[in-house]
Amino acid sequence: MATKSLHKLGSDLAQSNKQLKILSNGIFKNGELPTFKDKISESGQFPLKAKKLEILQINVGYMCNQVCDHCHVDAGPDRKEIMTRDTMKQCLELIEKSEAHTLDLTGGAPEMNPDFRWFVEEAAKVGIKDFIVRSNLTIIRANKKYYDLPDFFKKHNIHVVSSMPHWTKGKTDKQRGSGVFDKSIKALQDLNAVGYGMPGSHLKLDLVYNPSGAFLPGNQSAMEKDFKKTLLEDFNIQFHNLFAITNLPIARFLDYLIASDNYEDYMYSLVEAYNPAAVSNLMCKNTLSISWDGYLFDCDFNQMLELPVNSKSKHVSEFNQELLEGRNIVISQHCYGCTAGAGSSCQGNIIPENA
Amino acid sequence: MQKTYYDPADLRKFGKISEWNEELGSKFFEYYNSVFKEGKLSEREKSLIALAVAHTIQCPYCIDAYTGDGLQRGITKEEMMESLHVASAIRGGASLVHGVQMMNKVNKLDG
Repeated sequence: MATKSLHKLGSDLAQSNKQLKILSNGIFKNGELPTFKDKISESGQFPLKAKKLEILQINVGYMCNQVCDHCHVDAGPDRKEIMTRDTMKQCLELIEKSEAHTLDLTGGAPEMNPDFRWFVEEAAKVGIKDFIVRSNLTIIRANKKYYDLPDFFKKHNIHVVSSMPHWTKGKTDKQRGSGVFDKSIKALQDLNAVGYGMPGSHLKLDLVYNPSGAFLPGNQSAMEKDFKKTLLEDFNIQFHNLFAITNLPIARFLDYLIASDNYEDYMYSLVEAYNPAAVSNLMCKNTLSISWDGYLFDCDFNQMLELPVNSKSKHVSEFNQELLEGRNIVISQHCYGCTAGAGSSCQGNIIPENA
Repeated sequence: MQKTYYDPADLRKFGKISEWNEELGSKFFEYYNSVFKEGKLSEREKSLIALAVAHTIQCPYCIDAYTGDGLQRGITKEEMMESLHVASAIRGGASLVHGVQMMNKVNKLDG
């Protein structure tokens, strides 16, 4: 189990250019596997073009109370990149200007940003339709100052989306750290207690499942049934939807794949599971990701790979929706992670079941 | 020339079987895929049966395939091991139950 970020360890893979090199060399350079560009070209889907902006995903900092093995952000307690209130103010202007219907706050643990509550209060006033906070759950139980987060979320009608890799303690703690399962269970019970996740409740509580190792997620609705049954029977916990998300081969997950000699097999799995039907629904087509320092990216993964948007509008201070619409999405081989099987996005599968 | 009979990378080439007999290969894979769809048994139950059978017939490709399949479905290692003991019990039992034949024979010849 990791205790420090790759950045803190001074690992080569903390550098995005090293990661991009790995993703472009080897099996992709020697032609064993097609590059993502070649693959989407087969069905005439290159270049990928951004459509109308619908989702704003803001990463308010890479600091986190956990150091999860699979983390694509390489987040952890030692990461100091935190969004300032000034940048948040620029984001608020952007939210007002844009026609996005969904605001999605992520991190790190977004709640650890000292201006998190101020930002939520201000952003909630803008009247966005769906206001998501991605909470790792344990933060709610990490310190007394966070115990009231469920009430705070409720007050601002926040849609809580939380990571939960498995319904068993062993698999959860293996990926996310010792004690994470018990704290997550307690946090979910706290959220249920104020009304989150209950049948018919407008207080939305969704869980994110991502595999604990070098394999792809299974059928989302089957997993949801298993999660719901076990969490209810064992812990009396309820939630609304389960999002099954594929681990993308970047940052700590890439480090894990290489160290465990699973990288090539995993890339084969992703390419074999490539589903051209997922391409038209990719989240990068209607999403804009904003980094802690205000730069714009096609998705949170491109943010971590430091691949900025291909547009003159590169920073929150120069946001221009017209310029951004129709831009060419920046791609590399990590994009196979979002087109495997039923597709993957921050909202789970991108192809409805039985489609 | 390959020095061993099994190469894990060959599992990926399973689909190529159809290249030398398109009709039968296609029929086989169509049947195969239908078998594993949810029916009276869930896909999860079928995956565990497949894993147990894979060990019974000692097929390395099948073991790799259905261990991975089980992980994808969220099946725990404890559940996987339990299914293997079912296979093992039946396999061991199959030997032992023939002991009745041995006993019958002894009783007939030397009873």
